[in-house]
Amino acid sequence: MKKYVVTLLNAVAVFAGLLLLWQALDLILHLPPYMLPPPLAVGKAVVARFPSLMTSLAITSEEAAGGLAASIVVGMLIALIFAQSRWIRRMLYPYTILLQTVPIVAVAPLILMWVGPGTLSVTLVAFIICLAPIIANTTQGLISVEPNLIHLFLMHNASRLQILTRLRLPHAVPSLFVGIRIAAGISVIGAITGELFAGSSRVGEGGLGYSILYASAQLQTDYLFALVLAATVLGFAFFFLVMFLEWYFLHNWHESARSMTDE
Amino acid sequence: MSAELRVPQVTLTGVTKTYGSNPPVLQQIDLTIAKGEFVSLIGPSGCGKSTLLKLVSGLTNATSGAILVDGMTPVNARETISYIFQDATLLPWRTVTSNVGLGLELEHVSRETRKEKVQSLLELVGLTHVARSYPRQLSGGMKMRVSVARALATRPRLLLMDEPFGALDEMTRDRLNEELLRLRAEQDWTAIFVTHSVAEAVFLSTRVIVLAPSPGRIAQEIPIDLPFPRTGETRESPQFESLVTEISRALRGVHAA
Repeated sequence: MKKYVVTLLNAVAVFAGLLLLWQALDLILHLPPYMLPPPLAVGKAVVARFPSLMTSLAITSEEAAGGLAASIVVGMLIALIFAQSRWIRRMLYPYTILLQTVPIVAVAPLILMWVGPGTLSVTLVAFIICLAPIIANTTQGLISVEPNLIHLFLMHNASRLQILTRLRLPHAVPSLFVGIRIAAGISVIGAITGELFAGSSRVGEGGLGYSILYASAQLQTDYLFALVLAATVLGFAFFFLVMFLEWYFLHNWHESARSMTDE
Repeated sequence: MSAELRVPQVTLTGVTKTYGSNPPVLQQIDLTIAKGEFVSLIGPSGCGKSTLLKLVSGLTNATSGAILVDGMTPVNARETISYIFQDATLLPWRTVTSNVGLGLELEHVSRETRKEKVQSLLELVGLTHVARSYPRQLSGGMKMRVSVARALATRPRLLLMDEPFGALDEMTRDRLNEELLRLRAEQDWTAIFVTHSVAEAVFLSTRVIVLAPSPGRIAQEIPIDLPFPRTGETRESPQFESLVTEISRALRGVHAA
């Protein structure tokens, strides 16, 4: 516990030091506020435009969470199909790598053109960026079951379905969480990328990506900083939420989750 | 007891096992194991000990020859067989209770009956105090005990064990050996036991079979007529030592060949 407090204090001290340095830099160099606003100005912008900042944050969270949730469901289904045979994997796996390597910024305009601007298309961009890590990790978890465990099940005349539900699926849960952890971080990136192209997804209001474009065009750099900060916090929040769920579901039996509590 | 001993439980007739175009792992094995016997298979690596267990369990098929368990093909006889692997092969996401009940669950035994059977087995194996623990909280010896309990839960008539205590320290192994014999006295199952330890084979078995490698074949059969119940003192008897010497000598002969 004491160690934990010391770590926390260290982190806070470093953060405060960085803010001071930033403020000092502003005092010494006298940069125009549209180039680098001092931290106090950013703080003021957060307070002054708090409601619209929260609206943007809510819109982007919704889209990112929607894309992430959809990618978990669809990714698991695809992984279940992939786990059926090596032949299917060999035929279709290259396409998941394609999904991962194709730059999302290049695909986003296409999706917007096909689906039309709005929350749905932004969610779809987040979904696409999240899908590959879910498929890859879940498939790995489903097929990497120790042969003797399969033998054990066979010795009890277990059906294919029993082997799937009682052995392969629970065995894949830790790998699934690895995938979700990766996807959670990038879902926010996907949603913001989508918004950069989609514009306002509701009349008069937009997500973080839209607001970033708007603030940058208006040279409201202090608010731009506030938006970037909000986007970062959102990514962190997603990541830690998944970490918590992972710990909650796995701490009883799995090493990866256990190490978080043993520290 | 001697009358019962003559009822065959497992028969292998001219069994040969070949993988691909490699030389046979096992060649022309003839072996009959009677009800109530405890047979240990011992031999250098590559002599096909584990393959023989896989054949009797039906996890792999013989290239030629016939195998009968309780008069049935191995796959059809599976309900009567339990397999204990070298690792405890426990499901880490299940508690000890739920691991022990796995076989019964897969065989669609009702929840109430399962609870009863698991409870009595945990008592028999001395695991009641860790019933709600997860495998990762247990020592290697405890895990193996759970594995044994799981195997016995389905009331097998034939127990196949592939070096189950090979990874344990000697003291734990000796204690588990004694417990295994105690369980055998309470329930009645036939056992085929693969091991690398001559002392373990002598202590547990009614018969030790020494296998020779490339191709795997039976080199020698040594009946172990030490009286039951066997205890720690059995290991100190001159008869025990002379049997260990005899089998060690047979093993050296197999290695030299």
